[in-house]
Formats: sequence, structure tokens, C-alpha cells
Amino acid sequence: MALIDYLLGQRKKKTANVAKDRLQILLAHERSERNAPEYLPQMRDEILAVIAKYVEIDQDQLQISIDEANGFEVLELNLVLPDK
Amino acid sequence: MSRVIVVTSGKGGVGKTTTSASISAGLALKGFKVAVIDFDVGLRNLDLIMGCERRVVYDFVNVVQGEASLNQALIRDKRIKNLYILAASQTRDKDALTLEGVGKVIDDLKTDGFDFIICDSPAGIEKGAQLALYFADEAIVVTNPEVSSVRDSDRILGILQAKSKRAESGDEGIVEHLVLTRYNPKRVETGEMLSVEDVVDLLNIPLLGVIPESEQVLNASNSGEPVILDSESDAAQAYIDVVDRFLGEEKAHRFLTAEKKGLFKKLFGK
Repeated sequence: MALIDYLLGQRKKKTANVAKDRLQILLAHERSERNAPEYLPQMRDEILAVIAKYVEIDQDQLQISIDEANGFEVLELNLVLPDK
Repeated sequence: MSRVIVVTSGKGGVGKTTTSASISAGLALKGFKVAVIDFDVGLRNLDLIMGCERRVVYDFVNVVQGEASLNQALIRDKRIKNLYILAASQTRDKDALTLEGVGKVIDDLKTDGFDFIICDSPAGIEKGAQLALYFADEAIVVTNPEVSSVRDSDRILGILQAKSKRAESGDEGIVEHLVLTRYNPKRVETGEMLSVEDVVDLLNIPLLGVIPESEQVLNASNSGEPVILDSESDAAQAYIDVVDRFLGEEKAHRFLTAEKKGLFKKLFGK
């Protein structure tokens, strides 16, 4: 049986690699949330208030984050508009 | 100069108390005066791992609340000179500890000439864990090569960098060390376990040591002896290395590779 296990084992995707890939994405995301500037929540609320003047949206429909890409700081706003 | 060290992890069951007990014992064996404090109020276990559970009369909370003196509460280790244990309270809740109270105990230990004050943190990121790390100069982050443990360690690193006394006062930050425990080189080689390089890469803090998964850890806790005293075992050897490196010695990492199996065993063995 050990022989079969050994041969089968060669073909499976290594779970340690999967773990590392998942953690890399997750930790980057959690760190960027942690290091977000203090004004971010308030800015988010104010932007939300402006948008709410024109469209009806849920509080949790707006995602906002600050990331770094290629040496630039990028402010990312993500809003799902409701179905008409 | 006293050094205050927190042993922390975020996640429970990864080996914080085992590591606290062994590092404290190891430092005391080197001749340093060491106090090890259990911050896990309500779920104390350091006393059990250190084998002094029947000698706890007064605890950390008694001292913080002024019901006993520090000297009354410090339990002297029976095996190792200069090693003292301050047990957590088993009956009180975690709100019994205050920042001022904990700060005073640590100051008093410094005045009493303790070289090392080891703070054994409870799991989690709430008050108990935050109190344990608040006064620290250095942190030993205990991590298992497993996804939830790595994530929680990263979380606790964020707290060390934001909510400690050093962070708040704008001093130099807490010095961070990684101790990777329950390492199984065989499973790393078959690609089933994150390797030490993977974990160092992910957490991005200096590696203090790797403790191999070892049956002796359970045997040691069964008998109330810090595993570092069982000097024959791999885990003890690895902890001895950790203590030496912590004191500044350069030592190569050991127990990172599995013992090689012959071809016969590979094909037909278990």
C-alpha cells in the first residue's frame, strides 16, 4: 500500500503551497486594513453621504481601501449600484 | 537592566506556556534571575507545566489588588535557582488585572533585580493578551506551521506594533522573535506542511528557533517539568538553542530535516 500511496502522493497538489498562497493574499489584505489611515472611516461615511443624496444604497455597499501599487498610493472605491 | 519579554501568539494551544516555561528555565540555568508570570487569569496553567500547582498560595491578582506582597506570591522553583513563578488567579475574572497594577508589579520585579521578566500571554487579542504585551521590550511570537496560527500571529504582530507602551510612547518598537513550534520536517518534505522559510517569509520577523514536534513535550507536561530539562530530547535541545540565540549566541538551526528513509522503507514501509 505504501507504494501506491507514494505514487499517488506525487500527483496531488501540495497543500503547503496552497496554504502559503492563501496566506499571502489574506495577510496582505489584513495588513492594508490595519495600516489604513485614521481618517479613512470618516471619509468613507462622508463619501457615502454624498452618494446617498443621488442613489439609494446600503451602508455596506461601499468598499474603500488604500493600497500601494508600483510606488503609488491608490485609493480604491468599490460601489455596487442597486438594480433599477 | 531588566528585560521584559512577552510570549504571545494570538491563537491558543500553539505552545506559549510550554515555551515560557522552557525559556524561563533555560535563562535561570544560565544564572540569570528570572520571573515568569501567568497572565491567563481564570485559566491558569503555567503552575501546572512548571510543577508547582500545589504551592500556589497567593497569585498575580492578589498582588495587583494589594491582598498579598509580591514576595509572598512569588513561588521559588524547587529545581532551578533564581527561577520564580507568579501564578494567575483561577477564581477571578480577567478584569481583576489593571494596567497600573501590572505596571507596578513589573516595576517592583525590576527593582528586585530580576534580569528577565517573562510574561506568558493568554490566547486571544483581548484585555489579558494586551496587558501581557503592554510593558514588553521584546516579544517571542509562538507560531505553528498552520494557516490559522500564522494568521493570528500576524494579527498579534499588528497589536505589538500599535498598542504596546513602546509603540504609544514613540520609543523604539518591541523587538520581535519568531519561535516556530510543532514542526514536522517529514511533512514539510512531502509538501503537507508550511516550511520554516514559508512562515518566516509570510510573517517577516527574525527566526529565533524551530521546535520539532516531539512526544517529550507531552511527557514533560505530564510530569510538570519544563521540557528543556529533558536534555536528551530534540525539543529540549531546540529550546536550549533558542535560549542561547536569545542571549546573542550564533547557532545554526537544527531539526529542520527528516531522517532519511531507505528505498526499501519508502516503498514497503509504513
